[in-house]
Amino acid sequence: MSMDLRTITIQPLRQTFGHLARRMGADKPASRYMEATMDLQPVENYHYRPTWDPSHDIFDPTRSRITMKDWYALKDPRQFFYGAWTLARGRMQETASADFDMAEELGLAAGYPSEGKKVVNEVLLPLRHVAWGSNINNSYIAAYSYGIAISQATAYACMDQLGIAQFITRLGISLDEIDALAEAKQAWLAAPVWQGLRHYVEDQMVMEDWFELFVAQNFALEGLLYPLIYDKLNDRLNAAHGPVLTMLTRFQREWFAENVKWVDAVLKAAAADNPANKALLGEWIAAARQRSVEVLTPVAELAFGADGAAVLDEVVQQLNARAAKAGIPV
Amino acid sequence: MDMKVSKKLGLKERYTMMTRDLAWDTTFQPMDKVFPQVGYEGIKIHDWDQWEDPFRLTMDAYWKYQAEKERKLYAILDAFNQNNGHLSVTDARYMNVLKLFLGSTPPLELMAARGFSMVARQMVGAGPRVACMMQSVDEYRHFQTQIHSISNYNRFYNGMDEFAHQQSRMWYLSDGKSFFDDAITAGPFEFMVAIGFAFEYVLTNILFVPFISGAAYNGDMAAMTVGFSAQSDEARHMTLGLECIKFMLEQDPDNLPIVQRWIDKWTWRGTRKLASVGMMMDYMLPKRIMSFKEAWEIYFEQNGSALFNDLARYGVKVPKCFAQTIEEKEHITHQSWIGFYMKPDACPFHTWIPAPDELDWLSEKYPNTFDKYYRPVLEHFDKQEKAGNRFNNKTQPMNCQVCVSTIKFNEPGDPMEMCFRETVYKGEKFHFCSDHCKEIFEDEPEKYVQTFISSHAALQGKCEPEGTDINAHDYRPGARMHAYWRMDKRATGDFNGSEDQKNFAEWRHQATKN
Repeated sequence: MSMDLRTITIQPLRQTFGHLARRMGADKPASRYMEATMDLQPVENYHYRPTWDPSHDIFDPTRSRITMKDWYALKDPRQFFYGAWTLARGRMQETASADFDMAEELGLAAGYPSEGKKVVNEVLLPLRHVAWGSNINNSYIAAYSYGIAISQATAYACMDQLGIAQFITRLGISLDEIDALAEAKQAWLAAPVWQGLRHYVEDQMVMEDWFELFVAQNFALEGLLYPLIYDKLNDRLNAAHGPVLTMLTRFQREWFAENVKWVDAVLKAAAADNPANKALLGEWIAAARQRSVEVLTPVAELAFGADGAAVLDEVVQQLNARAAKAGIPV
Repeated sequence: MDMKVSKKLGLKERYTMMTRDLAWDTTFQPMDKVFPQVGYEGIKIHDWDQWEDPFRLTMDAYWKYQAEKERKLYAILDAFNQNNGHLSVTDARYMNVLKLFLGSTPPLELMAARGFSMVARQMVGAGPRVACMMQSVDEYRHFQTQIHSISNYNRFYNGMDEFAHQQSRMWYLSDGKSFFDDAITAGPFEFMVAIGFAFEYVLTNILFVPFISGAAYNGDMAAMTVGFSAQSDEARHMTLGLECIKFMLEQDPDNLPIVQRWIDKWTWRGTRKLASVGMMMDYMLPKRIMSFKEAWEIYFEQNGSALFNDLARYGVKVPKCFAQTIEEKEHITHQSWIGFYMKPDACPFHTWIPAPDELDWLSEKYPNTFDKYYRPVLEHFDKQEKAGNRFNNKTQPMNCQVCVSTIKFNEPGDPMEMCFRETVYKGEKFHFCSDHCKEIFEDEPEKYVQTFISSHAALQGKCEPEGTDINAHDYRPGARMHAYWRMDKRATGDFNGSEDQKNFAEWRHQATKN
């Protein structure tokens, strides 16, 4: 049985804004994501050229070699506008923080076996700097990309990476390994095992084409790093020392599983727009994959010893499968 | 701060671990290639570590607080819409405030979002970078919640449906657009002074308070809730703007003259932009909060003086335009409203002559100027309107080359004389609304010769709807401006007799009578 509650019904003059009705091909209600995103960035009648880049307009599609008939085809399948994004992250951080609290209260974190801690200190803690690099790179895309669909999603990804860097930092603090955080930073800056990755992260910071950077950072590097660490290494540490680490890295794992849906959708839409995009994305992915594998090889060896290459190869296959699914031959 | 404080780490130390300790000086790529924009404006920074974090919010705490705010906000918006909240506003004229707001504000918040992303990428120090990126996503929040709160009004009233299309085309929105285009095309430090300091700190109250209090006074719970919900974000933004000024001034004495020039420039540019906000306060809100003059006295003269007293220890002086804005506070809102009234075909919102009691309110609030200069004009227009002779200015306006305002403000010291300034640059003559705008031009002529002025561009065939053949025999420049703007005729002209007026009365009747 349903209740027949009444409200006064007034016939509206229109269902939505003009730009959304034209986009949908009909005057019908638009989602809050659409209202918050579509066709909002200025595209014309700019007053001045940037003093920091006089060869381009303020927002300029030629800042990337990718071309799009419609830049708003790069939409986010998660439909994240600010409210939806922050509610999703609010929930994730609540669970993750509760896990930290529990692990700390029960002494699970501080009591984590020292062989396990050693791996965490050496392999996981330096990754807070990699997350910071991703934060910088995503802020570049958020700043200079074209259209609000991609700029807002990368602005949120930029904050997500700051959050991840902070959750890794908190992991170190929880394990009572504050000195290890300082040692991890030293390793990041000087230990040979990390220099290849740091070199690559710094090279990404000077990439000019924001879409190429998107591919290198969000698809290739993170697409290999997260499964390598938060699935493979996590499994291995759990098998040896119990599931505490899963609790303390929960945010990253959940985040990655959700984030790939967006990254892959963006690549798929760009590849589907025209053959030149598809070819270019294929080239970019191949180059970024090769460089990522190169720089992650010593990290994989540090984490998995002699199995390093084999484990890395498994995650490379996963990445290839994602590219194929997005319609990009690599 | 939500993160549990470890025994070994103090709050500040912990926050440092969570932010600036993440950063490092790059060595495989030179720092000046990674951060290429921090040098060219001439600002000297010797030690980025001296930056004092204006607030310490880690991401888990940020998400927690913001999610709580969003949950409440959208629950209220949904309830307001479901219950036909639009019919509970004071009077249908209020919808025109929303039209002005929707056209002018969310598009600028969007520019702030993108601009803060740019600064967040360019600042070398991790402290300011984190604060700027947080402000960037806050600005996404603001333009999106503003659009969401007005979306339901758009279903019932005319003149809001094409705001996205009109943001870069509509002549009267060009001043706000030029303001943000100017800031975003400047370097990162000037952007921080323009938006972070002048706009978000010095002038924010006079922008924010009137719209939000206006919503509260006039029964618009949707806009009011958006505003109140944004307040704690704004408080963070204000502290960031102020910290940035102090940081620059503490780093090197050579920064002072550069910063002072920016403060002078951006306070003036902001003041010009606020003329339309003042007009809204004095003429458009059915239930008034206070006069623009009173708001200017509290928020600019008193609070601004206190701020600049505080900054005097760094050698900063009050903005050059300070005295002129005090003189102008008694004039600009009247001049603006009369200006809009005279262009009934060219705005997607309605105008009207204030009712007799409203004219009396203006006389009381503006004892020095209203009866002497502006009441006679309005009464004359009213008489003409009633005699079927409604004034309609169909000519193109002259615009200021810097602020892009229609040139309509008076000569300082002489309310009966319009203020014009001009200068010649590379053989071409440029026009200005004031000495301050002229000076801004002369400081950076190569920038301001580029200003897009639609009254000029239209005559050059640059403001035509898609598909127009400007080489056709019968082509007349500017003849199809309404199509170029996508202007709904129902949204233009007088409030009296408008579809909004008629519908609101009918719907309110339907909602309150049997």
